Amino acid sequence: MTRQMTGAKMVVQALKDQGVDVVFGYPGGAVLPIYDEVFQQNDIRHILVRHEQGAVHAAEGYARSTGKPGVVLVTSGPGATNAVTGLTDALMDSIPLVVLTGQVPTFMIGNDAFQEADTVGITRPCTKHNWLVSDTKTLSGTLHQAFHVATSGRPGPVLVDIPKDVQFASADYTPPQKARLDHYQPQVKGDMDAITELVVALEKAKRPVFYTGGGVINSGPAASQLLRELVDATGVPVTSTLMGLGAYPAKGKNWLGMLGMHGLYEANMAMHDCDLMINIGARFDDRITGRVDAFSPGSKKAHIDIDPSSINKVIRADIPIVGDVGHVLEDVLKVWKSRGRKINREGLQSWWARIEDWKKVNCLAYSQTGKTIKPQHALARLEALTKDHDRYICTEVGQHQMWAAQYLTFDDPNRWMTSGGLGTMGYGFPASIGAQIAHPDALVINVAGEASWLMNMQELGTAAQYRLPVKQFILNNERLGMVRQWQELLHGERYSHSWSEALPDFVKLAEAFGAKGILCKDPGDLDDAIMEMLNYDGPVLFDCLVEKHENCFPMIPSGEPHNKMLLGEASTKDAIGSKGAVMV
Amino acid sequence: MSALKIKKGSTKHSAYNLRPTFSDKIESHTLAIVVDNEPGVLARVIGLFSGRGYNIDSLTVAEIDHQGHQSRITIVTTGTPQVIEQIKAQLGRIVPVHDVHDLTVEGASVERELALLKVAGEGEKRVEALRLADIFRANVVDSTLDCFVFEITGTPDKIDAFADLMRPLGLAEIARTGVAALPRGR
Repeated sequence: MTRQMTGAKMVVQALKDQGVDVVFGYPGGAVLPIYDEVFQQNDIRHILVRHEQGAVHAAEGYARSTGKPGVVLVTSGPGATNAVTGLTDALMDSIPLVVLTGQVPTFMIGNDAFQEADTVGITRPCTKHNWLVSDTKTLSGTLHQAFHVATSGRPGPVLVDIPKDVQFASADYTPPQKARLDHYQPQVKGDMDAITELVVALEKAKRPVFYTGGGVINSGPAASQLLRELVDATGVPVTSTLMGLGAYPAKGKNWLGMLGMHGLYEANMAMHDCDLMINIGARFDDRITGRVDAFSPGSKKAHIDIDPSSINKVIRADIPIVGDVGHVLEDVLKVWKSRGRKINREGLQSWWARIEDWKKVNCLAYSQTGKTIKPQHALARLEALTKDHDRYICTEVGQHQMWAAQYLTFDDPNRWMTSGGLGTMGYGFPASIGAQIAHPDALVINVAGEASWLMNMQELGTAAQYRLPVKQFILNNERLGMVRQWQELLHGERYSHSWSEALPDFVKLAEAFGAKGILCKDPGDLDDAIMEMLNYDGPVLFDCLVEKHENCFPMIPSGEPHNKMLLGEASTKDAIGSKGAVMV
Repeated sequence: MSALKIKKGSTKHSAYNLRPTFSDKIESHTLAIVVDNEPGVLARVIGLFSGRGYNIDSLTVAEIDHQGHQSRITIVTTGTPQVIEQIKAQLGRIVPVHDVHDLTVEGASVERELALLKVAGEGEKRVEALRLADIFRANVVDSTLDCFVFEITGTPDKIDAFADLMRPLGLAEIARTGVAALPRGR
């Protein structure tokens, strides 16, 4: 029972068969046949963005907040090249995306045709895989493969480049059940010998710590559930990377807070002094390790990762386990229980006593004095006033992002959308649009800096068009805050081009797009202003004028290990040596 | 969850063998990579090496299964054991890559390279070139009054040695195929 249809119709049919309900896109000459099919159906909703980069980040926000792949439809040439930043961002953070690009007709490829770009060539290093479809016969099979590759193993973005003549031509449609998914079946089950080795080490460890990452979230809600069960049953402390926040609840009793360059003192000290580190779905990123040769010197390291290339890339793993976090945790729990639920209680007790001492440092302390709002205070109030909501948080990149990670709490996975690996300024606003589309009744907040926010401000048009009540919480210090902080610490306080000059009046800007603008500069007005934002049913630009020269602490200076954290202004003088200065 | 189909690394010597020996010694390894012969697959492999700063000393590629559209890429690369392990793991991640074999660590293997050398000379030099070619079991595949083209097959070292000998005798041009390699036995 085969069905003949045009390539353009196949695209829409394949998306429906893959369970896609939303596509983020922007039309253009080379995708007109597909847009014509989109027009003639009602099953798939198309969200018109204002820039292709926004489409990709919106799809990322959709994907991260739902666990489903995000889908993007853009045209050839500039449509495709504008998508490159988003693709790279999704690749670094392992976000499943299927990006469809139009291409000039096959007979014009290579002729420098209008709006032609070598899309598969350009995107080869920034996708998990990509395809140029040269024949309508193979189109539907390729689309199903694309979804399979994007969502299997370590998730990531894939791209399918579809020439215009392939969209017009007709062929038989291959349904998903008949598509060849080739040999791409990554290993999900961990090696049982290694898992037993890990359990034995866990039973004996005096100072164990779980170091969890985005892999737990990507593995699905079941993995977060298993992590909670394992952590709570063993009583072992747990910390997480920026990407893994929410996998273990912030209100959980074993929670140490985020680790890393701007992580909590107790989390980093625990990492440095532990005797058993169990890395679950994290990748020893340089924001986490600090100086590699002084990284957690006395510990045995287990590493669970679905991607074999993550293991032994940066830090040597004593117990490497290739597999999906959910599957491996299930087996770890099974083995641990069958061996009698042993744990080194005495060791753990004194380990927790040390951790409690570190917690007393109270590394996130700040003082809200005077008439200027401290950014930390703004976030603490935002947290207090919104934490009981059905809440999704996005961020841009910079100081505000780190403060959001420090001062906001996450009790569930898929609630936190931030650009971790690539550090893409301009990510948060479109991501918040994607998250709001996926969860129309939820409270979606983008914590932003004014400079990051301006990088994709055109998406205010999208938010207004679809009446998306996204709340843009802009901590406005009129600076590129993180750049300014590094210039202060590393470059003799020469603040080269880190001012936000000629800033718009954000209230008027919001109003120009038909959104609401709120300006807040007095700490006394903050709560009322936040409530006003929450009570408004529509997009809000919240311009929160904050202390201009606040630095983000605690901080592991570049080139230093975990136990050499800077805790505040007093400790910053000459904190970064010449070797550290070359690091980013 | 356990209902999912699981395919482990196809041999225990594949990229999934993760017990490393970390040393700083630079080693040369010959990797055999079986890939789907689809457009861009070679670019993916080469892009991986350039993008991540690995070395390629030699690379050969040709389709080995015309029905199944599979190609075999043989790469000679250098790096510390950790880097070599990373290269194998990264290659294993590429979607059209079926299998990565490190022939240097997976027991004995046979390596061969073919080269064509054009040697121009007259008189005694021309005779000496022929004599040496005979010793190296190089064949004369073309001759003009003032030039020979020799074909020689062997390990890269043997070809290097032959080329060094031909240089003073009038070596004008050389073309080498790069290494093709297979493991010994079954």
